[in-house]
Amino acid sequence: MKGAMLRKLPLMITCREFEDFLLDYMEGSLPTRQRRIFEVHLAICRECREYLAAYRETIELGRQAFEDPAANPPEDVPEDLITAVLAARGGDPKG
Amino acid sequence: MPERQSGVLLGDDQTPSEGSSEEEMIAGLRAGDEAQATRFVRANIGWMRAVAFRLLRDDGLADDCVQDALIKALRNIGKFEGRSKLKTWLHRITVNEALMKLRSRKRLEEDLIDPLLPDFDENTCRIEAPWTRRISAEEILSQAERRQLVLSKIGELPESYRIVLMLRDIEELDTAEVAEALGITEGNVKVRLHRARAALKKLLEPLLRGETP
Ligand SMILES: [Zn+2]
Repeated sequence: MKGAMLRKLPLMITCREFEDFLLDYMEGSLPTRQRRIFEVHLAICRECREYLAAYRETIELGRQAFEDPAANPPEDVPEDLITAVLAARGGDPKG
Repeated sequence: MPERQSGVLLGDDQTPSEGSSEEEMIAGLRAGDEAQATRFVRANIGWMRAVAFRLLRDDGLADDCVQDALIKALRNIGKFEGRSKLKTWLHRITVNEALMKLRSRKRLEEDLIDPLLPDFDENTCRIEAPWTRRISAEEILSQAERRQLVLSKIGELPESYRIVLMLRDIEELDTAEVAEALGITEGNVKVRLHRARAALKKLLEPLLRGETP
């Protein structure tokens, strides 16, 4: 029902077209007119609205998960690694 | 290239500062000053290891990567033009070194991501079960096992998509930089980034909906 309606009306896009514009919309690179069309769809489509909210939360979740020290190697760097770097660097003439 | 401070984890506290400006350090490195080289390595090796590990997910490979990146940086310090911060330059070298290791370990083939992409019905309407509640990232990450689960779900993404998501969303390279680093077009970077995020949303949905026990 909604799909047929969305395809017929001017200034309306389908959910699939919404999907294609999503990244540009989030990066703020959609021209004004296209952005309005996008926002009209958001206003009338529950599915895309909830999808977008969950999509944004997903990005946030990924970012924050890596901010935790447990996601990263221990901060104390093995001395032999430091020694190896300095030795390898010294062992080869510059240029 | 835009002046990027750093990726999320690259706190500014690790920038060499005790009694020596960045310019002094660079001058020292160019002159072959051993003490400056040692300080340079010590000041940067920690966060570089974290970057390499996030991208490679292997301790041994990450250490190899950091070693090669630092040696490359020390040998090429003469080519550092000072248009970006030294740290931004080093970050790029580290990322490029990690990508080289990834390529040699495993081809970045076009893995199948289709099952993880959004669903549409025959009228191209989105199929999205109603969200009665959505758990915030903060709440999910307040538990160690869930944090681990999020990281492992990111690891489940097909490699050619995971790497784009990591470079854009975590290492904070811009689209052009990712395109250059991977040797693909900017359009392709955007497509892969969007698919990676959409796939990750699907993988994380039980957590976001509060359905994970
Ligand atoms: Zn829609």
